Amino acid sequence: MKLSPDKISHPTRGSSSPDSQTRTVIRLLSLLTPFKGLVILSVIFGAATVGCGIGLMAASAYIISAAALQPSIAVLQVPIVGVRFFGISRGLFRYLERYVSHDVTFRLLSQMRVRFYEALEPLAPARLLQFQSGDLLNRLTEGVNTLENFYVRAIAPPFVAILVMMFTALFLASYDISLAITISIFWIALGVGVAVLVHILSSQPGRNLINLRAKLNKALIDGIQGMPDLYAFNAAKANKDRIISLTLNLTKTQTRLARIDGIQTSLKILLANTGAWMILILAIQLVNQERIEGLYLASLVLVALTSFEALFALPDAAIYLENSLEAARNLFYIVDAEPEVQDAAFPINLKFQPNKPILDIQNLWFRYPIDDQSVDRKDKRHYVLKDISFSLQPGERLAMIGPSGAGKTTLVNILLRFWEFEEGKIFLAGNDIHLYSQTDVRRVISVVSQQTYLFNTTVRENLLIAKPDAKDSELVKAAEQAQIHRFIQSLPNGYDTWIGEQGYLLSGGERQRIAIARALLKNAPLLILDEATVNLDVRTEHQVLETIQTLMEDRTTFVITHRLTMLDRMDEIIVLDKGKIVERNTHQELIQSDGVYQRMWNLQHDIITSQ
Amino acid sequence: MNLDKRLFEFIRSTQTLFYFTIFIEIIIGICVVLQARTLSYIVNQVYLNGAMLNEVIINAITLLALIFMRAALVWSGELSANQIAVHVKNDLRNRLFNHIQSIGPAKLVAQPEFSTGEISNVITEGVEALDSYFRQYLMQLISAAIIPLLYLIIIFRVDPLSGLILLLTAPLIPIFMVLIGSRANELTKRQWRILSQMSAYLLDVLQGITTLKIFNRSRAQIKVISVVSNRYRNTTLGILRVTFLSALVLEMVSTLSTAIVAVEIGLRLLTGQFSFEQAFFVLLLAPEFYLPLRLLGTRFHAGMAGVEAANSIFKILETKTSIPDNKAMSEGESISVSYTKTTKFSTIRFEDVHCIFSDQRAGVNGISFEINYGETVALVGSSGSGKSTITQLLLRFLEPTIGQIVIDRCPLSQIFIEEWRNTISWVPQSPYLFNDTIEANIHLARPNASHDDVVQAASLAYAHNFIQKLPDSYHTIIGERGMYLSGGQAQRIALARAFLKDAPLLILDEATAHLDPVLATQIQKSITHLMKGRTTLLIAHSLFTLTRADKIYVLGSGRLIESGTHDTLSHQKSLYKNLISTAGVKP
Repeated sequence: MKLSPDKISHPTRGSSSPDSQTRTVIRLLSLLTPFKGLVILSVIFGAATVGCGIGLMAASAYIISAAALQPSIAVLQVPIVGVRFFGISRGLFRYLERYVSHDVTFRLLSQMRVRFYEALEPLAPARLLQFQSGDLLNRLTEGVNTLENFYVRAIAPPFVAILVMMFTALFLASYDISLAITISIFWIALGVGVAVLVHILSSQPGRNLINLRAKLNKALIDGIQGMPDLYAFNAAKANKDRIISLTLNLTKTQTRLARIDGIQTSLKILLANTGAWMILILAIQLVNQERIEGLYLASLVLVALTSFEALFALPDAAIYLENSLEAARNLFYIVDAEPEVQDAAFPINLKFQPNKPILDIQNLWFRYPIDDQSVDRKDKRHYVLKDISFSLQPGERLAMIGPSGAGKTTLVNILLRFWEFEEGKIFLAGNDIHLYSQTDVRRVISVVSQQTYLFNTTVRENLLIAKPDAKDSELVKAAEQAQIHRFIQSLPNGYDTWIGEQGYLLSGGERQRIAIARALLKNAPLLILDEATVNLDVRTEHQVLETIQTLMEDRTTFVITHRLTMLDRMDEIIVLDKGKIVERNTHQELIQSDGVYQRMWNLQHDIITSQ
Repeated sequence: MNLDKRLFEFIRSTQTLFYFTIFIEIIIGICVVLQARTLSYIVNQVYLNGAMLNEVIINAITLLALIFMRAALVWSGELSANQIAVHVKNDLRNRLFNHIQSIGPAKLVAQPEFSTGEISNVITEGVEALDSYFRQYLMQLISAAIIPLLYLIIIFRVDPLSGLILLLTAPLIPIFMVLIGSRANELTKRQWRILSQMSAYLLDVLQGITTLKIFNRSRAQIKVISVVSNRYRNTTLGILRVTFLSALVLEMVSTLSTAIVAVEIGLRLLTGQFSFEQAFFVLLLAPEFYLPLRLLGTRFHAGMAGVEAANSIFKILETKTSIPDNKAMSEGESISVSYTKTTKFSTIRFEDVHCIFSDQRAGVNGISFEINYGETVALVGSSGSGKSTITQLLLRFLEPTIGQIVIDRCPLSQIFIEEWRNTISWVPQSPYLFNDTIEANIHLARPNASHDDVVQAASLAYAHNFIQKLPDSYHTIIGERGMYLSGGQAQRIALARAFLKDAPLLILDEATAHLDPVLATQIQKSITHLMKGRTTLLIAHSLFTLTRADKIYVLGSGRLIESGTHDTLSHQKSLYKNLISTAGVKP
């Protein structure tokens, strides 16, 4: 976020195509409309800051010009008051401008975070997976942070400049119109000309720079993290040569960009000073022709010179605008995606009836929708689930096993309504799953999966997710049943111990117990165990499985695993391979028959010590 | 002041450029003075002496020339400042990289202070953060120290009273900056913390969104985000209220002083003590006097960020290697025996090898054993038993603290390190895949191999099939567009590398990942094929490989506990038996 109120840094240059540029700008600007008043205020303050600078120099020059004629002191009264006023108020206006414009920025960012979350929430997790990027979430938060510059550095400066130019032009025109016209030419040359010039000159090397830096960073990271492999293959020298050559190229590009930066700075100085010089020449002629008094000569030159302050930020504003648009486009692109699953217009209530199967899947076929980023990979669009049918009676325990990649987790995600399916039927409590709201479906399902996400907050909050209104006694009871209560009590602050990324780190077994406690709290009739113990070592797995027994009591359970444990307690086992049900029976039967199940069984007993 | 002496060491190597930049700054200052002088002369002539334009045209042209000269000087000043920055950055980057390489692969992982991720971050982002430090902050600092002094001397000569006003007010800027600055600094750090907390919170919610959804809690977060975000805005604005004061003071001191100078000169002009020309000259220079100080204030953060970056850079550069009692792994020391892929050794012998880490932890603690040519030797043991230290010693990522490894009669330390490594194919459990194409990743093993060789190696490793299904087949770039390989796939790439390298000695760390039956069979087949005709040292994790080993060494806490074959070891009451019987969970 905006750290330094005073930081002047050159933004990095991005590249973009002009298409839909305006639409993105309008969309971004529309986010500003709720704070119209503040925006106008900050622009006025900004212009007033520059105005006071102009006024200060003009009035000072007027004082000494007038004083040179040695009039009575009374003549100087008004300009002296003016000088004092400008001297004090410039600082105040700057302060106010900073304050208000940052207020606008933070309001904008705050609103954006909420909006983006609102838009993202229905997309998770299906649509978010589709963006094919491990760092999607980082990109999102970074994108929002990039937009911090949008108002202060990209939008406000041109408006301030326009306001200052308008008033200065009026002031100069009151002496002679030629002065206003001349200075405008220089303003435009600086505000627009330099910005365009810099943009044209630096877009190619700017792209190169980003590219080279990315390449160099990759080579460096490869060199550090891949060092053992590089050494083992005697390739460390080749990697280093590559780094050296990339560094050379980077140096060249950075020097080119520095040259362009230098051109920008010196053009600013050149245009501002020659602009004032032109006003000097014109004003001398006007004085010579006695069209204006010589008294004003010094003031006019200084007004012209100081007015350029309002334009100095414009070339950078163009770059900030471009970066903001790039970030905004990325964000909008994600946010504009259609949610994968839509609720029924008039969802019915979900109620279990004892005589109907809890779950009944009939001829379910599923394939992931085409990723619009890679239409060329149409052939990849194979079915992940093929003709799946099974049902789950109240109280029944069903296991689905199969090698990883067989489609088991996909099925869970479909049941949780994270993915929409086209072919086949799923009945939940006797009705088509489409008839319920997503919220209702998730209300009746508890999931313990292989990766239990712990939020960066207290143990208590992490448990309360499952049941926000749970009493302390309920929490303790669930924790006791999950055999995690004692452990929690041993933590520095008990249930109020901060866990997760920035707090106390829990072991795999402890995490799974938290997940079990959550499931107990939620107390949903259908329990899904999705590889719940796969990340645990053998001993911990045994212990956690014991605890899971408690959880399974009185619940209809659907177990998914590729590790063959606990299976003798299942009523039925379905073996899934490459999306198809290839075997189904009890453990005792399956182990006898020569099939996938038996092969997996043998393989599992071949693996010894895992680290 | 945001100065780091250690950074100045680096400037020393670009001394000429550094002095050149300062020289240019001074010339620019002189240009500004001359510009003010000429302008005040012209205005004076026209206004008070009624000169016509053609009478002052020479002066006007001089003025224009000065303007152009100043612009040109500013340009070259920026260029030379950039050269300094580029030079220092390259220098630092090279030093960092060399330092890290000198630490060596095994010790780097053993460094407790830094993760490799952190080191990568410092060498990439940290070094770049110095760019604005050198280009903006440092140069501004120097010009703030020199230029106002130059103007002050000149103003004193023209008008001592105005000079005195400037002299007395100028120190207010640094004084207030320090007063507000130290408070602002603290607040800025607090703001950073709040910001990172908020970003972390947001990331946390987004990462856990699936969990929230399962518990139907995701909509409720909208309100929380709004509350957190607004709280952040309020705190931040509270902080900015203070930090913006520095901008206010900077502005006020300079504008008020200019105003005072204008009034004070104006009043003296009234009484005729002073000429208009001199007065205007002083008025023009007064704001220029404060400018460098004001600009310095605006670049304060570039300075702070630079010093912070420098700290993390030097923290790495000043770390001694973690295992100082070891001989440095220098490649020059050991050139004495030449060794090629076709050289046939008959035994590799570990003779009472100890490898003690600097934290007194022993990787291995007195190990002696032999690997004969053509044999398959398996190492078994729980984690921390010394298995990987042995492979690292053999790869010469580590050197024994006591004892030695002998190849036939020649100590390993006397064999040219690159030649020795040429004779080894190493298949680690989690190989590093470079940010490059699949083909390049396999090619690493033999850079001069043809595409057909690569494909053949991949086929032998059962990797060809999945590679073909990747979007760009062998030219798919790993890490791009979310293209990451699974553990099983990465291991097959490592196997392909080993097939391509075709070295006589194979060091293999078997995967423990739970694979599906088909894949497991394929990899076992591939490994069997790879071991054929080679001497193999393997860290075993499956009964399949153990039953096929010629010799099994069972390790515990860096010592050799048992040795034998699968058959002899499983017939006694052994640690081995214990190790393998914990395998396989009964249903």
